[in-house]
Amino acid sequence: MIAGNGTAMTLESEVGVFVAGVLHYFASSVQQAARCGTPHLALSERPEIADYTGIIRISGKRTGLVAFTAPKSMLSVMLMRMQETDMSHENLCDLVGEIANTLSGNARRDFGHQFQISVPEVVAGRGGTLEYPAQGRPIVIPIEWRNYHARLIVCLQ
Amino acid sequence: MDAPHHRLLVVDDSNVIRKRIERANELPEIEFVGAARNGREALEMHAQLRPTLVTMDLTMPEMDGAECVAILVQRDPQIRILVISALADKLTAIDALEKGASGFLCKPFTDRQLNEALRKLISAQ
Repeated sequence: MIAGNGTAMTLESEVGVFVAGVLHYFASSVQQAARCGTPHLALSERPEIADYTGIIRISGKRTGLVAFTAPKSMLSVMLMRMQETDMSHENLCDLVGEIANTLSGNARRDFGHQFQISVPEVVAGRGGTLEYPAQGRPIVIPIEWRNYHARLIVCLQ
Repeated sequence: MDAPHHRLLVVDDSNVIRKRIERANELPEIEFVGAARNGREALEMHAQLRPTLVTMDLTMPEMDGAECVAILVQRDPQIRILVISALADKLTAIDALEKGASGFLCKPFTDRQLNEALRKLISAQ
């Protein structure tokens, strides 16, 4: 990929953009730091998804998706940290979509203006699967916050 | 304490963000008057509620924030609009300002950053 400043980006630096985005999101929105585990390629199987998954479709110079998937318990505590008292299914869907949207939108600063992002889609339930680009290899970034585990899945062509 | 004399409309497709902006506002000069889920709803609510301040998301279904900013400024050149968006690149911010927005705040934001941005918005001449 070509960065916003015109230089070529490596896979490591692309992943770094999303890792930095996750850390910034937690520091700002819930004002409590998260940790990112070691990113890895999902070579042979589709990454598992958790209770709620927010998906942003990417188009433009790159196509694919960015997904944030998290357990209900984690999203509920995040809402509490944001002073939200309504832990309804609708608000949990809303939050997970907003997180995916924010991480994707922030990435445009590094990837450039031609990195177009969709409005969020949300998958509720662990049984769902994501549709990845045919030649895409999803990168999974584990996210730990308090005692909860979420994942950011990035699959771009 | 100053009586509220700015009327705030919040426009965002996320219910969580709409309520967060409403709750986080600490400025006594600003009165929350309503919230809209997209640009089309914002235009309808503007006609009814006559807000003087608007916080505006950009990526929304039905009508996006950039188009809505342009129409609102055309209707009311005195209106002050703070774009609050995850689209963090400079061109997006410049485009919003060229359409008539008065300020730009990048998501994710802290309550303090939101209040600073709102304070700047109402103190701007």
